[in-house]
Amino acid sequence: MIWLTLRQFRLQATVALATLVAVTALLALTRIDLVDDYADGIASCTATGGCERFKLQFFDDHQSWFTGLVTVVVGLPGLIGAFWGAPLITREIEAGTHRLAWNQSVSRSRWLAVKLGVIGLASMAAAGLAVAIATWWSDPLDKAGADRFPRLSPVMFDARGIAPIGYAAFAFALGVTAGVLIRRTLPAMAVTLAVFAGLQLAVPQYVRPNLITPVERTVTITPENMQGISLAETTLTVRARVDEPGAWVLSDYTVDASGRKVKSLPVSLAAGACAPPPPTTVPDGKESVDGSGRGPAEKCYAEIARLGYRQHVTYQPGDRFWPLQWAETGLFALLALGLSGFCFYWVRRRIS
Amino acid sequence: MTAVVRTEGLGRKYGRRWALRDCDLAIPAGRVVGLVGPNGAGKTTLLNMVVGQLAPSAGTIEVLGGRPASGPAQLAKVGFVAQDTPTYASLTVADHLRLGARLNPGWDAALARDRIERLGLDPARRAGRLSGGQRAQLALTLGIAKRPELLILDEPVAALDPLARREFLASLMEAVAEHSISVVLSSHLMSDLERVCDHLVVVVDSRVRVAGDVDDLLTAHHRLTGPRRDAARLPSGQHVVSASHTDRQSTFVVRTDGPIHDPAWTVGEVGLEDLVLAYMTPKTEDRPALEALR
Repeated sequence: MIWLTLRQFRLQATVALATLVAVTALLALTRIDLVDDYADGIASCTATGGCERFKLQFFDDHQSWFTGLVTVVVGLPGLIGAFWGAPLITREIEAGTHRLAWNQSVSRSRWLAVKLGVIGLASMAAAGLAVAIATWWSDPLDKAGADRFPRLSPVMFDARGIAPIGYAAFAFALGVTAGVLIRRTLPAMAVTLAVFAGLQLAVPQYVRPNLITPVERTVTITPENMQGISLAETTLTVRARVDEPGAWVLSDYTVDASGRKVKSLPVSLAAGACAPPPPTTVPDGKESVDGSGRGPAEKCYAEIARLGYRQHVTYQPGDRFWPLQWAETGLFALLALGLSGFCFYWVRRRIS
Repeated sequence: MTAVVRTEGLGRKYGRRWALRDCDLAIPAGRVVGLVGPNGAGKTTLLNMVVGQLAPSAGTIEVLGGRPASGPAQLAKVGFVAQDTPTYASLTVADHLRLGARLNPGWDAALARDRIERLGLDPARRAGRLSGGQRAQLALTLGIAKRPELLILDEPVAALDPLARREFLASLMEAVAEHSISVVLSSHLMSDLERVCDHLVVVVDSRVRVAGDVDDLLTAHHRLTGPRRDAARLPSGQHVVSASHTDRQSTFVVRTDGPIHDPAWTVGEVGLEDLVLAYMTPKTEDRPALEALR
């Protein structure tokens, strides 16, 4: 049975392997310069200063490749589900060959178990390899862009660590399930892609933040605690500073003295204590240090504190990357197992 | 008599429609059984239940003493050539033989190789590029080389041209004679089966209408021709299978165990094809509208 499964998978495996080899070769070549440039740049900026600016520049120079690789890793599980999962059973049903296979001396359950097991493992291996190669290549860029694209941020989380392996297992099982339910390859592929894409959008939004209880803080609004105060028309909003590297900020809003959430600080502040200083016609160094150049004045913060406004923040600290990865991978693995179980039931009872 | 297939009250429903119902059969071993009936009569449903492809909705079925497809041992005993003789289009002929060898403990590699050679099939050719007849032969080879006790074929020749039909059936009979397997094959055309089968099951409208050894069926059925008469006036021992009337004359096909004594009748034999046709065509009594037109 394993032989037959592999024999049927030969074409898809060859295509995948050829792509993998070609892409890896290309990446291996380009990575040599990437690593050298980064090491040289860091060495010179450590001596002369300006490392932040170098990192920014370095990341921007290679951003298209970086995002390209992230896209590939994020998109791969969906493709696996659609191109390996969905046709796995539908192709047999469409050609009637399941009747040939089921009448050899092998039970239906074993037939399905081997198919799911072998191709499922191949799916996980493919995703694992892709994420390993992408992470390896992107290493200098991950370092350079750690501030702007922390690995806990929604898209980066999907493209690093072990979660993509869980996604691949799930997407594959999803494809097979769609296949046995719909029994036609193309619609099953479309449904697989649509459902998986929907989940990829919904999970970072609604599920991942709660896999581990997020950290909650309510802090006073002071220049040290805040990243900034912005004023648009008469709407005054505050953004908190989370002083933990790589944290994933889930919510960040102002509460009033009674602890209720408010959309923005009252207009009285915007027009009064926190109003921007009148534009100085004569550029005077001392004036601008006090006023527009340094953000709102002390009296603004004092007034905010007097009115009792505070800032509420929830976030996942950066060091929870691995616990969250494990939790999410486990979740998707469980879903994959559940779908596989359903496939067994359905193939044994409902397909003839 | 040992039965290779025994069913009691067997039925299968699709939604609210019965594809087959109240099926009581006992198919004896060592026969070549023809399963005949019009398209959609329930032949495929019955065969799919025999091989365990489909679970019954009602009744029981026993094949070679076991529940169909209950495990690898049961699967090994029954060979199946499904409708349209499916094969893996992208796999070569040799791949198919390897598939058979890997998936069947009782695989007869020499037999399979010989058959492929005799049929002149190129082992390196993909099944998708074989002709319909060759593909059917490949599927049959898989079914036979598995060395089953019972071989089931669902409309194996339906898609073949007359020459390929003849060749396919000839090679089937050759294998049957050589390995003494019981065979059940279905067709909607009696002419396909006339030469090969020695036992007949006729399925019409989801029900088994008649089943028995061909010789017994032929001796039990008669064609009666005589002056016009109502079917109800025939003796009770004579079961009317079909009736047709002209103004002066009536023709009946009847089944009876005893001899026909009434001198008014001209008694003739019924050929197998006519016999099956008689069961397939609805009786004239079932069509009062036509009678009223006269």
